[in-house]
Amino acid sequence: MTLPQEENFMRKISAEEKIEPKDWMPDAYRKNLIRQISQHAHSEIIGMQPEGNWITRAPSLRRKAVLLSKVQDEAGHGLYLYSACETLGISRAEMIEQLQTGAAKYSSIFNYPTLTWADVGAIGWLVDGAAIVNQVSLQRTSYGPYSRGMIRICKEESFHQRQGYEAILALAKGSEGQKAMAQDALDRFYWPALMMFGPHDSDSAHSQKSMEWKIKRETNDDLRQKFIDQTVQQIEVLGLEHPDKAIKWNEERGHYDSSDLNWDEFWSVINGNGHCNRQRIEHHVAAHEEGEWVRDAITAYNEKKRAKQTQDAA
Amino acid sequence: MTTATEKLELFEVFVRSKRGLDHKHIGSLHAEDHEQALEYARDCYTRRSEGVSIWVVKSNDICASQEDDADCFYDPSDDKPYRHATYYVLPDPVNNM
Ligand SMILES: [Fe+2]
Ligand SMILES: [Fe+2]
Ligand SMILES: [Fe+2]
Repeated sequence: MTLPQEENFMRKISAEEKIEPKDWMPDAYRKNLIRQISQHAHSEIIGMQPEGNWITRAPSLRRKAVLLSKVQDEAGHGLYLYSACETLGISRAEMIEQLQTGAAKYSSIFNYPTLTWADVGAIGWLVDGAAIVNQVSLQRTSYGPYSRGMIRICKEESFHQRQGYEAILALAKGSEGQKAMAQDALDRFYWPALMMFGPHDSDSAHSQKSMEWKIKRETNDDLRQKFIDQTVQQIEVLGLEHPDKAIKWNEERGHYDSSDLNWDEFWSVINGNGHCNRQRIEHHVAAHEEGEWVRDAITAYNEKKRAKQTQDAA
Repeated sequence: MTTATEKLELFEVFVRSKRGLDHKHIGSLHAEDHEQALEYARDCYTRRSEGVSIWVVKSNDICASQEDDADCFYDPSDDKPYRHATYYVLPDPVNNM
């Protein structure tokens, strides 16, 4: 039997109305959203590490300032998303705890190492590029605070992708050695970028319910196809070789055909066995612990101020 | 002589015109408490169904940046044009990214 409140909820969903924090919502909808939004927030935060690795070694002051700005934006994105998630009744501390114990996931792309400067370009271009495809679609998600967060984030993302492409273009048009470095970065990041869209729809545990509730608006495979299609010409303009030898325009489908992904690698990285899984979490824990004194100082300051106010009032 | 309204508190009113949109500042009013402020706001600002949700906030509880200080307050962003997408010049065929 459907309760009237559940009927009302489903009516809003089918009328393309947003669900807002104080509305009634099914428990499973709330849980599903918390899982997805917190995972998204964690990705923004953990995603600062592979790029942060190159801030002190950027090849020029200009590239350094750009990279610093980009990483700073990602911290902001993490904040927007944690705040959106908090409207669902979970605390920031709980989310961080879940990240650090492994109960919550983040995008496995960030478990790949950044070996050369070209990787920073490849990340902006491909990783942020893939994230944009996903996030543009999520602007239409059914949960109001998540949707508004996505709109804000999408406005900021374009710079991320363009600076990455510009950086890798400079290498691709540079010396033989620089071009080889760009090709190598493309070869390593292309496949994990495609995996960012998640498993095939048929293997995705959360997909169907998420689509019904309009938390997700397009399937993993459709979004991935969009990204594959848009990337072909971008690789051509760079004058680099496409990492997928099977890439071929399919007139009938109006899309590129491509190789299937290495799903064993995908599941293995998700389950903790990527190159950097342990390092990423250890670094997060260390940074969090090193920041303890700042949080303590804020609390102490607040208490002192409150005590002074009560004293003044008395 | 203090008038009745001077004894009342000032509230700022924010209205969400449609689900999914942000609440937007729409004006202010005097009221004796939050509950009354909500009702006055409904009567005053949403007579033609302009909203689906109203927030009222005591004006005194709003901490605002000073426009006179805007120059130095926002100064750290002024010399960072590279935070804008248009700063990057890309070849035409891929310039739509
Ligand atoms: Fe981001
Ligand atoms: Fe980004
Ligand atoms: Fe992102």
